[in-house]
Amino acid sequence: MKILAANRLTDGETVWLGAGDRWVETIDAAHVARDKEAEERLSAAGDAALAANLVLDVTLVDIDLSDGRVLPSRLRERIRAGGPSIHPDLGKQARNAAQHAA
Amino acid sequence: MYRYDEFDHAFVKARVAEFGDQVARRLSGTLTEDEFKPLRLMNGVYLQLHAYMLRIAIPYGSLSPRQLRKLAHIARTYDKGYGHFTTRQNLQFHWPKLTDVPKILEELAEVEMHCIQTSGNCIRNVTADHFAGAAADEVADPRPYAEILRQWSSLHPEFSYLPRKFKIAVTGAERDRAAIEVHDIGLHLKKNDKGELGFAVYVGGGLGRTPMVAKKIRDFLPEQDLLSYTTAILRVYNLNGRRDNKYKARIKILVHETGTEELTAAVEAEYAALKDSELRLPDADIRAIETYFKPPRLAARPEGDRAVATAGKTNPGFADWLGRNATTHRNPDYACVTISLKGIGEVPGDASDAQMDAIADLAEQYGNDEIRVSHEQNLILPHVARADLPALHAALVEIGLATANAGLITDIIACPGLDYCALANARSIPVAQEISQRFASQARQAEIGDLQVKISGCINACGHHHVGHIGILGVEKKGAELYQITLGGSAREGSTIGEIIGRGFGPEEITDAVETIVETYLAHRQGREETFLDAYRRLGQAPFKEALYGHEARAA
Ligand code: SF4
Repeated sequence: MKILAANRLTDGETVWLGAGDRWVETIDAAHVARDKEAEERLSAAGDAALAANLVLDVTLVDIDLSDGRVLPSRLRERIRAGGPSIHPDLGKQARNAAQHAA
Repeated sequence: MYRYDEFDHAFVKARVAEFGDQVARRLSGTLTEDEFKPLRLMNGVYLQLHAYMLRIAIPYGSLSPRQLRKLAHIARTYDKGYGHFTTRQNLQFHWPKLTDVPKILEELAEVEMHCIQTSGNCIRNVTADHFAGAAADEVADPRPYAEILRQWSSLHPEFSYLPRKFKIAVTGAERDRAAIEVHDIGLHLKKNDKGELGFAVYVGGGLGRTPMVAKKIRDFLPEQDLLSYTTAILRVYNLNGRRDNKYKARIKILVHETGTEELTAAVEAEYAALKDSELRLPDADIRAIETYFKPPRLAARPEGDRAVATAGKTNPGFADWLGRNATTHRNPDYACVTISLKGIGEVPGDASDAQMDAIADLAEQYGNDEIRVSHEQNLILPHVARADLPALHAALVEIGLATANAGLITDIIACPGLDYCALANARSIPVAQEISQRFASQARQAEIGDLQVKISGCINACGHHHVGHIGILGVEKKGAELYQITLGGSAREGSTIGEIIGRGFGPEEITDAVETIVETYLAHRQGREETFLDAYRRLGQAPFKEALYGHEARAA
């Protein structure tokens, strides 16, 4: 299974392609491609977004679903989805923690 | 310190305007990423895992308090409240928005700073001994020459598209604190028998995928010929360096493939043709640049010895710090102070905005307005009266920057690694943090003595692992982090590349492995005066291999 990751042009924020071809800021909202055809659709949407100068560094990322949640296979992509492992107070993980606490 | 003249101001201003325009065109979509990427890299803007990264040049690691305050301000206003000092004496911000970069560059220009040539296949920020102009063992201050090289290399039309990046380091002392033998060009400023200044020239050093120690190709180059000789080297490299393979494109490969003798002959031939050209530096020009680096007028402070002795008796923390973090100054009333950015369990090289502000204040109060960045990722106050050391130490304790570990096992160099870097295979910082915590005891560190641990998160070797006494390289194996250990590296004069000791270690094993190595050293050393590096050079790999892997071999 794969999802499509990129960085947003304006601020570099890591984003994933979500439902309705919208770029979302949390990996949980990423659209999961379960077959080749769906992957190709993701790639095409990524190419279009690159050409439209919305994002850069568009890449397909291997994932598993664990308890229904998206879990990238590579540590690199897991860190990208959360933030620096040394700074739980920074990046997306901090925002998620704040939301959970709220 | 060097001060921009009108030309410098206009030059940087024009560049800021130009890049501001390029960013605007990128944001409006007139420039594609393919078109923009080389432009942003030329201005120090990278893309990392979580955001863009902005790398700011700190020429030869010299900063004024005003500049450091500006960096603190940028960290606070545009970033997440901290910056990361790198092994190239630069500073990186890990979270800038592209939309803010033009504004940040404008702010930097206000304090005579920029990001030009912090990336790309050009001549990068020239680095120098962080104790330049202050160290007792120095023949002459290397910074004027580093500044001459900076001016000459900035947007040099002939050398803006080299086969690969190009790094120059300069030292003015016998004790090499600038790692010149692992740079593309290393310059050792010295005097000949007649008392004239000149350079021993080293070429073709470098780390990365194919680490190599530079070859000395000239024992004495008169100072007037600095630019003609450097141009000759760059010309030979630019023409003959490989452009077909990125991994074979550095000058070290050219030196290696051509042979030192042949390459030297080619450089000397170019040099002969350039020697009497306009590249020859008039004495007056060198002396004019030198005046920017005139040492501060240091008042006599003979009370230093007494002040230091008294404080040392009553405050053991001060005594430890003095022993490790104060280095001999050429003026006996003064010392060069290392402010460790390696607090136990902290991120090596990181400083918060508040710490940067506080250090700027301390540099004004006690440090004659000078700050340096060391390639070991610490900050230096090069001119502090010994009499002020107790007060400075107390102030550093207040802001959590009084760790007494310069040159000890917890003074670890670590690159950003997989926590930030898009090229990384493994994390570096957590490994550094865990080793630092394991060896937190001051007494234990003192017992171990001088020991440099250097960690890189990939083979690019930004963490200089090849030249660590203990080097650690992160690799990815089957999707997991694995750490390879090298032993016996050194970036001092007579540099050596560390040797791989054996199979790698997982993240949970690596600190234990380092501890095993350290314990093996302690068990085998001939006394406290035999450092880790000396002991390793005497003993070789065998006892360390046995300690790390012996049980496995026996089990097999
Ligand atoms: S050594 Fe590799 S991981 Fe570390 S900063 Fe350099 S490129 Fe990134």
